[in-house]
Amino acid sequence: MSEPVQRVLGPVALDYTVHAGSVTGAFLEALLDKRLVGRRCPSCAKVFLPPRGACPTCAVPMPEAVEVGQRGVVTTFSVIRIPFDGQVLTPPYAAAHIVLDGADTPLLHIVGECDVDTVRMGMRVEAVWADPIEPTLASVRYFRPTGEPDVAWDAFKEHLG
Amino acid sequence: MARDADFVARFHLAYTYKRSTGPVIGRFLTSLREGRLEGVRTASGEVLVPARAYDPRDGRATTDAWVDVGPEGTITTWTWIDAPAAGAPLDAPFAWALVRLDGADTPMLHAVRGPRAAIATGARVRAVFADHREGGIRDLSCFEVIP
Repeated sequence: MSEPVQRVLGPVALDYTVHAGSVTGAFLEALLDKRLVGRRCPSCAKVFLPPRGACPTCAVPMPEAVEVGQRGVVTTFSVIRIPFDGQVLTPPYAAAHIVLDGADTPLLHIVGECDVDTVRMGMRVEAVWADPIEPTLASVRYFRPTGEPDVAWDAFKEHLG
Repeated sequence: MARDADFVARFHLAYTYKRSTGPVIGRFLTSLREGRLEGVRTASGEVLVPARAYDPRDGRATTDAWVDVGPEGTITTWTWIDAPAAGAPLDAPFAWALVRLDGADTPMLHAVRGPRAAIATGARVRAVFADHREGGIRDLSCFEVIP
């Protein structure tokens, strides 16, 4: 203890409560029936999944609910190989942006049931549901490869921006 | 749709930051670990507590002249905390106060132990050091009002 002090621990913590609200609430309720329900913008016609109450581009409310497919395409991904505090999964695992069939926005989720080194842009994946289902996005345990041919870059490049 | 109100989630967000003190705060904390309070003299002759590398008044680097201050001081302003939050320096109700230590020209923020009736601007206080000190601001447990 005779060494001069050079470092201090400065932990910060925040406990808070989130109320889902009507839009996310409807999304969570649909999960209980193993359905993925987004919202369509009445102006630009894009389907947002996860849903939002208003289109961030057109700034108009999005009252129309749209069920999207349970299959989609990996548009981009990252393989997590290092551990960190609070980590739920065991590395290595792949987190991916998945644009589901019928949706225009990416859903951030996990790709499972395959070697992380085989995850790639354009890969087709499908939802694997947890049992039991609860009103949280963790009710989709992960997305697994479907074995379908990869999607061509031109078909999903617009969803990367 | 009728169950919207049921969807409520509690979150705990926490980061385990470790920060470099730099040489000036490092020395201040090293002194605290030894149970001493030290300030640093600015180029214009004031004594800053807690010590800082630069004088906030004129931006000039502080000098390497260190000055023993306290362990007694004076409350310059304060606010009373009836219900201490998790992680507060004291479990019982206390005052957050600016305390100008004897020999210092600037006040430092710290906890002052109650009772509430003893807390006042101008009240004299004394540093209470932790029994187990490890080189952090909590080596100074709190201040207590001198009866």
